[in-house]
Amino acid sequence: MKVFRKLVVAEFRTALREPVYFFFAFLFPVILITILGAVPSFREPSAELGGLRVVDVYAGIVIALSIAMIGLQGMPTVLATYREKGILRRLATTPVSPVALLGAQLTFSAITVVLSSIMVFLVSGIIYGVPLPESPLAFLVAVLLAVIGVFAVGLLIAALAPSGKAANAIGLILFFPLMFLAGLYAPREVMPDVVQRIADFTPLAAGERLMHEAMTGHWPNLLSVTVLLGYLLIFGAAAAKLFRWE
Amino acid sequence: MTVIEVKNLSKRYGDTVAVRDVSFAVEPGEIFGILGPNGAGKTTTVECIAGLRTPDSGTITVLGREPRDRSLRTQVGVQLQESELQEKLTVREVLELYSAFYPDPADWRKLAGDLGLDEKLNAYFGKLSGGQKQRLSIALALIGNPRIAILDELTTGLDPQARRDTWELISSVRDRGVTLLLVTHFMEEAERLCDRIAVIDHGEVVALDTPAGLVEQTASPDQTIRFRPSAPIPDEMLTALPEVSRLTRHGERIEVTGTGNLLHAVTSVLAVNGIVAVELRLEQATLDDAFVRLTGRTSEESSS
Repeated sequence: MKVFRKLVVAEFRTALREPVYFFFAFLFPVILITILGAVPSFREPSAELGGLRVVDVYAGIVIALSIAMIGLQGMPTVLATYREKGILRRLATTPVSPVALLGAQLTFSAITVVLSSIMVFLVSGIIYGVPLPESPLAFLVAVLLAVIGVFAVGLLIAALAPSGKAANAIGLILFFPLMFLAGLYAPREVMPDVVQRIADFTPLAAGERLMHEAMTGHWPNLLSVTVLLGYLLIFGAAAAKLFRWE
Repeated sequence: MTVIEVKNLSKRYGDTVAVRDVSFAVEPGEIFGILGPNGAGKTTTVECIAGLRTPDSGTITVLGREPRDRSLRTQVGVQLQESELQEKLTVREVLELYSAFYPDPADWRKLAGDLGLDEKLNAYFGKLSGGQKQRLSIALALIGNPRIAILDELTTGLDPQARRDTWELISSVRDRGVTLLLVTHFMEEAERLCDRIAVIDHGEVVALDTPAGLVEQTASPDQTIRFRPSAPIPDEMLTALPEVSRLTRHGERIEVTGTGNLLHAVTSVLAVNGIVAVELRLEQATLDDAFVRLTGRTSEESSS
């Protein structure tokens, strides 16, 4: 346990020393919600959004953005680089299993998402009065389920990508459509029904839907939960089976 | 008790046979060298011993256990070729982190000092030179106080001074009773450090002996003397000697090849004629020659 903690600390150290990664993982979601909230019409309650304001809905969406950036790009790139540089191989010659390093990177990523989410609510709450979710526990469950589903996809990218650069590229290709379906460019409520249906089966949109519902006090809907656990099961198992250590 | 035993090890990658029927045993406390040209199968052999690869056939035991046995990881330190670390961790952080992996780690500060890394403790791994990375890599192989250290291309990328310092360190590690398995293509390194050497070529062990034994085994009886006579001499003065088989001239310099007590015979006849042999060199067979005879390649060719 002591060793695992040290590995997680090392992940934080390296991430904090990487200015680009630090910016996108920790600061970008907060900056984005701050900019969006500065648009006056985004602070008007909207009937289309069930009485919420655009800025309120975007609290969940930027958290989904943070999950996507870390889970689809940051984490797979780091893991593929660890393999590419022989760090996993070197670890295999020590008493610590390379699995521990994977676990440390996943733990770091999950903690970063949570910290980023807290910052989003803190800053948007103070500046624009974005309320805390009506059921904070349901919201936390939603965030964790979204992390699980998206990270499973990210792990499969890390398993298959031959290099850190390739992992980054694959992550980027998935990032835009998944983020579109999760409502980054327009909230799901304004999307056509058929697009909403498709979105329901993608990990990021399913996670965003759970967060959105938790904002208005709803407990997770069964479909989204099933979809996300399904991603964990299928993509997680595929990643575990296909992961190359060198 | 034998520390490492390799019996009939074979390993192929697709159609390429990397290692074919390799057998050797490493005894406690010795420095055992694996010498061979690039692509000869040296690294594959040690990676099988380190438990990183599974042999196609043959058996390996390390301290009486299977190489994949995880309990060996605390007792075997490994330095791999071309393995990097997290770019943005400092040398100090890496050393602290890796020493936390082991139940009874060595003092990392002392290790860093011995390897000349103490001034780089706060530098990021990514900012180190190739030689510094290499030295850190050696430190990590020794940080767990292992009973066996496997070092692949120990001094590649080090400057001559750092290379000599590293040899000192390796000797002192051996003096503490650690068994060392070195992979190298540096003749001087093998000659200086190794108690015994297995020469591997095309995946097979072509010779296994002490460095002196290898030289003796393969040396031709011919010796060569080169010198510049202080005054011109006729060829016949030397070719008349029974020890001399061949004489060639390179400008003022003379090269004499022969057998038996060649040096004595040549210098005697020169002395009798009042000639001094200036810049006298006697060429004897070296490990390099042995290597060439065993593998048909020079060590320079094989390292490129």
